Amino acid sequence: MLEELRKNRNFQLFTGLLIGIFFGFLLQRGGVTYFDVIIGQLLLQDFTVLKVMLVAVLVGMVGVHYMVHKGYASWHIKDGSIGKTVVGGLIFGVGFAVLGYCPGTLTGAIGQGSLDALFGGLTGILLGSWFFSLIFPYVRDHIYGWGDFGQLVFKDVIKKEPWKVVAGFGVGIVVFLGILELAGL
Amino acid sequence: MDWFTAARWSPYVVGIGIGILSWVAFYISDKPLGCSTAFARTSGMLEMLLRKERTKERPYFREFAPVIDWQWMLVLGLVIGAFVSAMSSGSFSLRWVPDLWASSFGAHAFPRLMTALNGGILIGFGSRWAGGCTSGHGISGTLQLAVSGWIAVLCFFIGGVLTAFMIY
Repeated sequence: MLEELRKNRNFQLFTGLLIGIFFGFLLQRGGVTYFDVIIGQLLLQDFTVLKVMLVAVLVGMVGVHYMVHKGYASWHIKDGSIGKTVVGGLIFGVGFAVLGYCPGTLTGAIGQGSLDALFGGLTGILLGSWFFSLIFPYVRDHIYGWGDFGQLVFKDVIKKEPWKVVAGFGVGIVVFLGILELAGL
Repeated sequence: MDWFTAARWSPYVVGIGIGILSWVAFYISDKPLGCSTAFARTSGMLEMLLRKERTKERPYFREFAPVIDWQWMLVLGLVIGAFVSAMSSGSFSLRWVPDLWASSFGAHAFPRLMTALNGGILIGFGSRWAGGCTSGHGISGTLQLAVSGWIAVLCFFIGGVLTAFMIY
């Protein structure tokens, strides 16, 4: 039944749309589709973005680990390397501060009427993605190999039972959020 | 129903909602939440308008075919959902320049548009280089406790914080 639904293209396109609608609603209502909120986060004055992300990670982490453990879902781990994840991540970070949105929040900003996101940011992301597609073969062959760690997960790094690693990250997130609240941020 | 029309919800409520949404995506669609690949696919669809089938031969688009898929529909839905949220809370407004930008650089639209264009180029380029964005790495990668996800989100914020302090 579930396998059939996962393979049904039209059902999946519809599901994607529906999940996107909820995602967009939540991002906008959380305030993270606003340029001011994102730049406020990067200036370390407004911690809304980190709070939304960390709570989503906490809730998602527990549920997804449970589902995979029970065989209801499977992992989708991205591979990484210093050349791929660190270099790409830092370029992304610079763009994050210059644009004031990330791809998801930019999309939400378009829905709330932010014209700088629609006419400036969207055009830029499409151009930037396309530029990358042009140099991709070179980057893949010459840079992605630096410090390759593949599809590594923390359960392989920290040699403890998986639930202990999940619990450790969970406690870490709760403590971090608690410190933010105590600091009045 | 006051809560439904409130302009902002607590980041904790929103975070829980997105976490649950990730369960639904993993369970029903066998996919993690993500956004940036859809932009790369769209750029390929635009290239196809000029180069037709030859676009699909390029190594990048052999890996990420320029077609409408689950995530592309998610990104489309994201616009609709944000629109519904903004309309139902009375926050929708057509604006060229965000407040914080205007207070630092003035209210003219052109400088903001040019900066957004350049920032967008970096974001598009960087997310494809790293293989994900704040959603794919920052939420879906981290929640699976992927090393790539945590390193990526750390680099997003290191790059972002340093640049923001230089600009503002």
